[in-house]
Amino acid sequence: MTDEPLLRVSALSKFYGSRVGCDNVSFDLWPGEVLAVVGESGSGKTTLLNCLSTRLLPSSGTASYRMRDGQFRELYRMSEAERRFLMRTDWGFVHQNPADGLRMTVSAGANVGERLMAVGDRHYGKIRATAVDWLSRVEIEQDRIDDEPRAFSGGMRQRLQIARNLVTGPRLVFMDEPTGGLDVSVQARLLDLLRGLVTDLGLAAIVVTHDLAVARLLSQRMMVMKDGRVVESGLTDRVLDDPRAPYTQLLVSSILQV
Amino acid sequence: MTAQSTDIATYNFAYLDEQTKRMIRRAILKGIAIPGYQVPFASREMPMPYGWGTGGVQVTASIIGPDDVLKVIDQGADDTTNAVSIRAFFKKVANVAVTTETAKATIIQTRHRIPEHPLTAGQVLVYQVPIPEPLRFLEPRETETRKMHALEEYGLMHVKLYEDIAKHGRIATTYAYPVKVEGRYVMDPSPTPKFDNPKMHRSPALQLFGAGREKRIYAVPPFTDVVSLDFEDHPFEIQTFDQPCALCGAENVYLDEVILDDHGGHMFVCSDTDYCEKRREEGHRGHLAPETDLASEKLEPAQ
Repeated sequence: MTDEPLLRVSALSKFYGSRVGCDNVSFDLWPGEVLAVVGESGSGKTTLLNCLSTRLLPSSGTASYRMRDGQFRELYRMSEAERRFLMRTDWGFVHQNPADGLRMTVSAGANVGERLMAVGDRHYGKIRATAVDWLSRVEIEQDRIDDEPRAFSGGMRQRLQIARNLVTGPRLVFMDEPTGGLDVSVQARLLDLLRGLVTDLGLAAIVVTHDLAVARLLSQRMMVMKDGRVVESGLTDRVLDDPRAPYTQLLVSSILQV
Repeated sequence: MTAQSTDIATYNFAYLDEQTKRMIRRAILKGIAIPGYQVPFASREMPMPYGWGTGGVQVTASIIGPDDVLKVIDQGADDTTNAVSIRAFFKKVANVAVTTETAKATIIQTRHRIPEHPLTAGQVLVYQVPIPEPLRFLEPRETETRKMHALEEYGLMHVKLYEDIAKHGRIATTYAYPVKVEGRYVMDPSPTPKFDNPKMHRSPALQLFGAGREKRIYAVPPFTDVVSLDFEDHPFEIQTFDQPCALCGAENVYLDEVILDDHGGHMFVCSDTDYCEKRREEGHRGHLAPETDLASEKLEPAQ
């Protein structure tokens, strides 16, 4: 293990006019670590995630990422070409709605293969073999490889989206409510799968969720956000079992017990 | 300008006004300087509907001079409505010589074919292009496709070819087959059959592409690399035909299927009418060629 973080975020803020998106967020993310960002709707979780993944440019603050060569690069100073290259090789982004992250009109195999072709893979047989391999890793039957994601259930689409993102062996994956909109049994299987993949591949991930159970299962560390600010952060178990900020206490006590 | 007694007095030479021609020539020059790059231009209304070759006509009008010899083909044929009309148009507004012979033409405006007769240095091939953006049906946003060209992000183009192989077992795209020009820009060669793609590669003729409705001009300068995209294990192939042309017996040319009756009778003949006629004049005969010389009932040559 290396003793340097993968991502360093310092005083990141995003304002929409006078409205606050996220305000003065700082943290470090280490390789192989899963960080959960929790909070209610409108607390700035998604804004933060979009800023980190350079889909949005922040109003102020910096974020630097340790590239594969070990050098830190400031994300917001990279050229667009470099950022987009990073996006489709070293990073992944799993959207809440799979339709946003998939090409719905091309087959599952092509969805998985697109990133490979984007980085210059030009051998159909190899691309297809990789796609088959990844579909089986996310528990999609092989004979669905030529079906369009439109014909897939919500859970399958989400798993396909995950396969599509992981095929280039990224080191950092952003997830925006990855289990949102799925029923509980499907959620459970997806979480199980995600947890397995993250451990096997040593991925670092930033998971935005409003579901504390998802945070508990997936993450080692969590940040609680409210009104664009981080109100509490720490080890997931500590925050959930011993919440200190009043808002976190409210959040934890709001979980419905079955 | 004072009125002249000639037939073309009511038009500027070649229909377009001089400022428009300069604007289009600038776009053409930029296109030639950046092979395969789609240059936006202020496309004009032409006296014909979009989709009938307004882009090609504007390009031709901007480059044609009084000494030029014009040939116009439509799917290889010199005698279809579109080709005859455009030829008549330039005969009227530019008073230029017209021909159906590929070798004699200096400018060849084409809809969806490249002549079989090899082109030579000094000739200009003007393509009529309906949709210039090769990525359009994969990515509908123009802002995004421009960015993809700028950053050379062409993975998506191979996604389409992948889909072809996955669905049909081979690359089933037969026309508008995407090419990479000079190792940089991916370009739509207009809906020519992929049979013609190899002819674009290092062609001695200048190739200009005009899309009137989409307001884009692009170009392939002479002797430029034009490579059809493919996979290592599914290389690019052109169409092949089982039988030679039924009229002139030509092989290794692009053939059209012509229906002869309503009992399923059909024949395959050269899509390039000029090439086919030339061969028949030289005495070549296909299996369905009439015994008597066809020349008498040959289609009207351009007036």
